[in-house]
Amino acid sequence: MSAEPSPQSPWQAATISRIEKRTPRVTSFWFQPSRPFAHLAGQHVDIRLTAPDGYQARRSYSIASAPETGGAVELAIERLDDGEVSPFFHDVAAVGDEIELRGPLGGHFIWEEGDGGPILLVGGGSGVVPLMAMVRHRTLRNTAVPVALVFSARVWDEVIFRDELIGLDDRRDGFDLVLTLTREPARRPSDYSRRVDARMMAQAVERLPKAPRLAYVCGSNAFVSAAADALIGAGVPAGMIRTERYGV
Amino acid sequence: MVTRGFFSGRRPPSDTDSRIPPGQYLEQGFPVLSAGPTPRVRTEDWSFTLKQGPKPLKKWNWAEFNALPQSKMTRDIHCVTAWTKFNTPWQGVLIDDILADAGIEPPTAYTLALSFDGYSTNVPTKDLVTGKAMVALLYEGKPIPPDHGGPARLLVPHLYFWKSAKWVNGLQFTDRDEPGFWELRGYHMYGDPWREQRYSSDP
Ligand SMILES: Cc1cc2nc3c(=O)[nH]c(=O)nc-3n(C[C@H](O)[C@H](O)[C@H](O)COP(=O)(O)OP(=O)(O)OC[C@H]3O[C@@H](n4cnc5c(N)ncnc54)[C@H](O)[C@@H]3O)c2cc1C
Repeated sequence: MSAEPSPQSPWQAATISRIEKRTPRVTSFWFQPSRPFAHLAGQHVDIRLTAPDGYQARRSYSIASAPETGGAVELAIERLDDGEVSPFFHDVAAVGDEIELRGPLGGHFIWEEGDGGPILLVGGGSGVVPLMAMVRHRTLRNTAVPVALVFSARVWDEVIFRDELIGLDDRRDGFDLVLTLTREPARRPSDYSRRVDARMMAQAVERLPKAPRLAYVCGSNAFVSAAADALIGAGVPAGMIRTERYGV
Repeated sequence: MVTRGFFSGRRPPSDTDSRIPPGQYLEQGFPVLSAGPTPRVRTEDWSFTLKQGPKPLKKWNWAEFNALPQSKMTRDIHCVTAWTKFNTPWQGVLIDDILADAGIEPPTAYTLALSFDGYSTNVPTKDLVTGKAMVALLYEGKPIPPDHGGPARLLVPHLYFWKSAKWVNGLQFTDRDEPGFWELRGYHMYGDPWREQRYSSDP
């Protein structure tokens, strides 16, 4: 169906090798690139869709899989009903389809084991995706770097990667999961039921053995603004906070 | 490569086609992107410095800077994350008028725009002068909100929008083309949307 991209083209065909529904609105897609690449936890790829008349739409999606996993990269895409690209993945894309992809991209919102810690991760909705790559990276490297993840979701059933995250939390090996549900009561004793605020951030910092070396915040623009302000309110210096905004 | 089953209805109206660079889509809103928290810079604390290398050439406070001649620019802007927004109306001080007030000609061919949050971005000096760029103070006639780079942001509308540094507090003339914050992290040194110069690997 496709011409091979020229060797110089940064775009390449990737085949969808697996699809798994994560929550009612988020589905994971695994892409097997024709030219495999190494990525860092936190990086993203660009995806390009082309209509028969040549019209193209492109969007960025964070990589959820750890660098160590190799092979196909996992993207977790949230469905925005009136969106152009995300409904295509949810309604049309199937295993075996070829999609054009470019990457890995991004040199700022990344964490490697060697960067050290402790680190504080704060994600809202699908903003947890690049943070998941960092958590998985930590697990697969078997490191003791202390990591706390504060993950805000509307309801329990929209907590992406929930079972995996709770399983990692249960290991008590220096990874700490804090869930906050904005539209439902908390389910676990350590969790919250409100939007992120400075008090919640201060308590998350206290869960770490010492002050965080870096904080990573990802999600919608409104979420990132609120969470970054909350971190500053909790005494985390602005220069230590890295943000990734999904734009809208 | 045609994508199986992709028939979007989101094509731009054909009369606007020629204004949308390759790989971009038309956006009605105004998305926000930045590397860190939004700094809240009070105008009492604001200043703008012209430098050549480390040497300051001239510095203005908020009142002095606002007293410089102001110009209006309504331009299409293009973000590297693929949105294009038409007819964004800005008002501010042209780089030409900043240089004139300092009484200097551009001393070198390259410039780094510097920001309050430590961000920087490189732009060839010729892309800043002859009416091409300004330090914007107003958007849609009102002070620029902090999320969008207020109190003042650089506006270089013919390049991808990360070159239009938010929270700008100075221009530094450099002898060589020195990469700024995003350019050190894989983004293109020049960033022409019409040539799709998004990442450093783009020609
Ligand atoms: C670095 C980065 C990483 C990202 N990672 C992820 C990720 O891991 N997972 C994920 O799900 N998303 C991620 N995103 C967001 C993703 O790139 C897309 O923005 C998202 O999927 C929406 O695309 P869409 O085409 O479905 O919606 P769009 O068509 O872009 O629409 C987005 C929203 O804007 C509204 N809208 C669109 N056009 C108009 C218009 N003309 N007028 C008014 N409103 C309009 C729509 O109603 C919709 O709600 C990431 C973004 C960035 C920048």
